[in-house]
Amino acid sequence: MNIIDKLEQEQLKNENDVPDFKAGDKLRVHVKIREGEKERIQVFEGVVIKRQNGGNRANFTVRKMASGVGVERTFLLHSPLVNKIEVLTVGKVRRSRLYYLRDRTGKAARIKEKRTW
Amino acid sequence: MTVGILGRKIGMTQLIADNGEVIPVTVVEAGPCQVIQRKTVGKDGYSAIQLGAFEKKINLSNKPEKGHFNKAKVHPARFVKELKVEDSNEYELGQTITADVFQAGDFIDVTGVSKGKGTAGVMKRWGFAGAPASHGAEKIHRKPGSIGNSADPARVFKGKKLPGRMGSERVTIQSLSVVQVRAEDNLILVKGAVPGHSNGLLILKKAVKKG
Repeated sequence: MNIIDKLEQEQLKNENDVPDFKAGDKLRVHVKIREGEKERIQVFEGVVIKRQNGGNRANFTVRKMASGVGVERTFLLHSPLVNKIEVLTVGKVRRSRLYYLRDRTGKAARIKEKRTW
Repeated sequence: MTVGILGRKIGMTQLIADNGEVIPVTVVEAGPCQVIQRKTVGKDGYSAIQLGAFEKKINLSNKPEKGHFNKAKVHPARFVKELKVEDSNEYELGQTITADVFQAGDFIDVTGVSKGKGTAGVMKRWGFAGAPASHGAEKIHRKPGSIGNSADPARVFKGKKLPGRMGSERVTIQSLSVVQVRAEDNLILVKGAVPGHSNGLLILKKAVKKG
């Protein structure tokens, strides 16, 4: 394996720590926050609107509505600050980038849930 | 006390620090280098060591070269460079210098040959502003404009910035910090970019401007 690939592989998290998810899924992301000396966990819950890049550059953007304002946060998938990712629901969507959600609010911004038996 | 090492640029990537920060790094394969020759004040007028890095096939080196490497009893090297040191007698012929001459947190100056850009115009080569794209501008969009006066001095001054060959010159980037050293793999990870293309020869020295 080439040296750069090897270096990047080393930084990836254990496969078991990263669940499978894709755009349209509802996630609960546990993020480590440093406030002075204290460290605590903050939860960010919303819909994944995109997954981008691969390897140690992999990142994903989560969108949620916070008191009527759309908030998007992009996380580095393999960052040590992303403590835990929980998949709440699996969405049924037809594209990989859900930018159209930015133009919608309320009922129009719903995403159908994918049913699995 | 070693002042530097020879290396080869592998490429760039990024590291994720424990605090979540992303650090852009250049991966440099540094050494191992062998001391081929010692230059001394008494004999040569200055004190330096000649380092060789990366073995080359024996059939690619000619007899004088082989003789030179044989004096230090080392395998012929692809890259040979001299590094000035305070006292070259501290080193032995054939002594191996590895990547652990630097530690994480050290500052280094990295010298290499920049990527060749070929014949380049004044906008790319010297950062000239060029001319407007519209408002009646015709055929002068990326041209330098006037290059001097008329009858007096009736010539173009030497050193005038004009189009020409760009790149492929020796460039030193100062005070880059060492992020990580992996002596077992002969790797040094330097924060930021270094001159030249992948596989290009680099000279890594202790930073002049940072202690």
